[in-house]
Amino acid sequence: MKKPSLFRVERRPVPSGHVVVLVSILAIFAALLVAGIFFQAYGVSAIRAYQLIVKGALGSKLGLTETVRRAIPLLLCGVGLTIAFRALFWNIGAEGQLLLGGVAAAGVALFSGLPNVLLLPAMFIAGFLAGALWGLIPAALKARLGINDVITTLMMNYIAIYLVEWLIHGPWRGPTMRGFAYTDKFPSAATLPTISWTRIHWPTLLLGLALAVLAYLLITRTRAGFEIRVVGENPDAARFAGISVLKTTLLVMIISGGLAGLAGVGEVAGIHKMLLGPTHISMGYGYTAIIVAWLARRNPLAVIVTSLLFGVIMSGGDVIRVSLGLPFQVINLFNGLILFFLIGSELLMHYKISFSFRRQ
Amino acid sequence: MGWEIWVIVTLSRTLAYGTPLLLATLGEIYAERSGVLNLGIEGMMIMGAYAAFSTAYTTGSPWLGIMVAALVGGAFSLIHAFASITLKANQVVSGLSLTMLGLGLSGVLGRGWEGKPLPVSIPEITVPGLSKIPFLGPVLFEGQNLIVYFSFLLVVVMWYILYRTRIGIAVRAVGENPATADSLGINVNKVRYLCTIVGGVLAGIAGGYLSVAYRPAWTEGMTGGMGWIVIALTIFAFWNPAIGMLGAYLFAALYHLSFRLQPWVSPELLKAMPYAFAILVLIAVSRGTLQKKMGAPAALTLPYSRGEE
Amino acid sequence: MKRFPGVVASDGVNLGVRQGEIHCLLGENGAGKTTLMRILYGLYQPDSGEIFLAGKRVKISSPSVALAHRIGMIHQHFRLVPTLSVEENVILGLDEGMGPFLRLGKTRKKIAAIADEYGLSIDPKAKVWQLSVGQQQRVEIIKALYRESDILIMDEPTSVLTPQEVDQLFTTLRTLVDDGLTIIFITHKLDEVMQVSDRVTVLRYGKLVATLPTSQTDKPSLARLMVGREVVFRLEKNPLQQGEKLLEVIELQTLSDRGLPALRNVSFEVYGGEILSVAGVSGNGQAELAEVLTGLRKATSGQIFLGGKDITNRSAREITDAGVAHVPAERIKMGTVRNMSVRENLILKDYRHPPFSRGIFLNHKKAEANAQRAMVDYQIAAPSDNSAAKLLSGGNIQRMVLARELSGNPRLIVAAHPTYGLDVGATEQVRQVLLRQRERGAAILLISEDLEEVMALSDRILVMFSGGVMGILDAEGAELGEIGLMMAGTQHEGVKR
Repeated sequence: MKKPSLFRVERRPVPSGHVVVLVSILAIFAALLVAGIFFQAYGVSAIRAYQLIVKGALGSKLGLTETVRRAIPLLLCGVGLTIAFRALFWNIGAEGQLLLGGVAAAGVALFSGLPNVLLLPAMFIAGFLAGALWGLIPAALKARLGINDVITTLMMNYIAIYLVEWLIHGPWRGPTMRGFAYTDKFPSAATLPTISWTRIHWPTLLLGLALAVLAYLLITRTRAGFEIRVVGENPDAARFAGISVLKTTLLVMIISGGLAGLAGVGEVAGIHKMLLGPTHISMGYGYTAIIVAWLARRNPLAVIVTSLLFGVIMSGGDVIRVSLGLPFQVINLFNGLILFFLIGSELLMHYKISFSFRRQ
Repeated sequence: MGWEIWVIVTLSRTLAYGTPLLLATLGEIYAERSGVLNLGIEGMMIMGAYAAFSTAYTTGSPWLGIMVAALVGGAFSLIHAFASITLKANQVVSGLSLTMLGLGLSGVLGRGWEGKPLPVSIPEITVPGLSKIPFLGPVLFEGQNLIVYFSFLLVVVMWYILYRTRIGIAVRAVGENPATADSLGINVNKVRYLCTIVGGVLAGIAGGYLSVAYRPAWTEGMTGGMGWIVIALTIFAFWNPAIGMLGAYLFAALYHLSFRLQPWVSPELLKAMPYAFAILVLIAVSRGTLQKKMGAPAALTLPYSRGEE
Repeated sequence: MKRFPGVVASDGVNLGVRQGEIHCLLGENGAGKTTLMRILYGLYQPDSGEIFLAGKRVKISSPSVALAHRIGMIHQHFRLVPTLSVEENVILGLDEGMGPFLRLGKTRKKIAAIADEYGLSIDPKAKVWQLSVGQQQRVEIIKALYRESDILIMDEPTSVLTPQEVDQLFTTLRTLVDDGLTIIFITHKLDEVMQVSDRVTVLRYGKLVATLPTSQTDKPSLARLMVGREVVFRLEKNPLQQGEKLLEVIELQTLSDRGLPALRNVSFEVYGGEILSVAGVSGNGQAELAEVLTGLRKATSGQIFLGGKDITNRSAREITDAGVAHVPAERIKMGTVRNMSVRENLILKDYRHPPFSRGIFLNHKKAEANAQRAMVDYQIAAPSDNSAAKLLSGGNIQRMVLARELSGNPRLIVAAHPTYGLDVGATEQVRQVLLRQRERGAAILLISEDLEEVMALSDRILVMFSGGVMGILDAEGAELGEIGLMMAGTQHEGVKR
């Protein structure tokens, strides 16, 4: 005998697009709400904080451009991650792949001796290859030896960090830097042009937008994209259909690592114009990109939107750091809460609650 | 005889720095043995550090601080357990979100605590008599504290429980083959909850130790990525508390030596070694029989539902 | 005396087992043996009926309750944790009132005592993954005896053993029984029934057919009881137009996932325009045969020729391209991508070729057209060709799989359990589809446990047992009794064509 119930909970097998968007927005609001509560509890007016964020990130010309420039690496890494996630490859290593891209770019800029015209293209290519290589290693380990991808990509991040540290403290330390741990400044032919007075290095931005579109086409319209999706959805069926899981895994990580590498080139050649400490190059772009990709539901085009959202958060975080004295870590607070509520919302999306006064 | 002092200081500092590594690793070993991957350790440690410091500062008791740190770590891990075990959410994402949360929250809450000196920290202990033993004496019995000794005890206890008690067998079974354990009457979820919370509590204590004993102070982000080393260490330890102890001190030594040996060896190389070691270990145990002998728990990161037979 | 009348799903079964006997439960898969035993072990609850132990009525609501009643079950797939040692596995889940600590010494002594008494030599400290399968089974037995079980239920215990290990097991069983234990032994192998049991109960389609003392029966009689005597309804099908030899399999051998031989020198031929059924109880090598033929498993020796060309150990892709279709037994796990659309599932096999592919791009329009055509031709019911496959019912999923696999007019169709789990309408339709393909001239290898289906559809029948071919008969005039015997282990004299 069933108990009388006020509402029924049914499992919804495939949530519709509207539901997905709605629930995601709700999740973000919930996260912002909770963050606000923490602010209040700590003596910072939540309202004021959010006002500052919105004004700072979107309300001024400077703010807007900062938002966009923060979004650029998020866009590139995020797009790459959507591809990796589609094949169910948990690439937590975008951070390290980004750094490797920066290293490669720096290497080309400072030491390759290429003619000026070729410098920037060579830097991008080198950055892509370096990031791809860094991603390929965990991919091979998973595909061939079945080693957990989360852990290997995570560990590679730290190896990358120390690689950069070693380079800037050691062999690549710039003699003109008077003892600081940086490389020399790149020759100007090796730096990216920005939009007038802003810090938006537009070549990388265009690259990012173009690649988002290309990635979308790849996933939805090409054979390779089809294979990637099958491998991610059902590896057994993939094998049944004759798809090589090994090749697909490697391909996916070449793309994902390579795109992160491009992001690294952008940061190093567009913003800093030298190679410096790893935490200066990337303030967790690789990790934030995970949320960016997740929120975008693995759709490369949607990453354009979600990367902007997190660009707002990052540049807004800068603003309240300066005006309210909150540490930069506050961005992590937002990120963590949003990610957390997103997970919670995933489950919400799969259940439909219908209210009824019937007794069963 | 300067080199003697050099060795003693190195060993002594290794012991001190290795203790939080050891504590958190012991906890994560249990969590992973039961099948739960906790990537939130970094967040739990930093929250523990903050909780311990602020409690110790306001109440004047560093021990109370440690206790609060343990509770905070436990609370965080309870969230992770709920998400991963009951809601069967993706463990990777759940853990990462908690780390970000922990870092962010501790940063926000900790604003204003930086630079404050802690009046009462965990006292250093010098054991009379024992500290006179050549070499080991000064290392082990001079200038360490109760938490360090507690960690020794903990290794023994946790090793014993894992390998020689009914509880340990249940934990290992749950992480290898939850369906079998379930069919024999073991409550898989309960075991996983408990192990995850143990992991969180110990991570909290480890963090608290950093801010209240090791270097009594609070700085945002002071754990400096130690949580990730713990993940590497758990693998390097082959999920065995005894090896975990050796590994913790080895990694701590590498860290310490990276500063001391700077003129001769690149510090970055030494600091990167723990992570490289972890990958090498994973490669080494990936083959057939070795996998079974010393490899990762087979059900790690996989949620369990009854009826999936 | 222990009697348990019980009810299996909807069919009343009265089963009586005497203390101190070895009682065999005989039947094909799906006959209800495992279900009945699971009720006894508390894994399922009967809808009606009762269980009596030693004359007293009992309710067994869970395995712990069963254990409390001293009923132990040894499953076909062992419930052991490989990385733990023997003694750890034995006491797993046990609470002997000693608190959390182990007195391993005591445990070890008890295990040694049990081992000695029943001749089950084992090293308690060995890790389970190091043991052979026979030894692992011994651990399972020791587990049950450690918990002082009086009644042991064993589910197909010999399916993973070598012949020597089987002999050892039987010796052990007799020793146990001499000591007063009762053993219920589920099997489909007649040799074993005759060799080791005191009484045997035959089940068919969930109903109890007979319970006899073994001494009063013989293999042919049991076989007939097992498969039934009814006249089998034959489908309307056109006379055989046998074409060329399309598939030739010579001395094929391969190993199972566990490394044991799964196919032993299997040889046969299939001609165009005919249906050759592979009959036999599941687990006797049929799955491995299908996998080797379709490139999903490597053959360790032997050859496969398709239309004269050697395709042994070629990749799945090459074999598909050569004109082989595979309707897999696990249609959801292997044959479908649940989260992708019907349209995409339908091109899973052919997406690399035109018209679906143009260079590196997929042609969605053509895929759409293809899907709509297929949905009409095969009557696939779905909200639209763009809906996710997971929304489809079992029957429609199979229709989808068929539509995909049979597109492109394959020369050879390997269909494994194609009607398993389908409703009457879908079953009928699948059979009609196969018959149509037969008329088209394709060679069809149909793997099925459903004898009715085998008799109705086949032109010839091949019976597999324990990885080997027991016999090949013409369907016309084949007797169920003969087939039953072969399915249960008796080799047919002379392999007929």
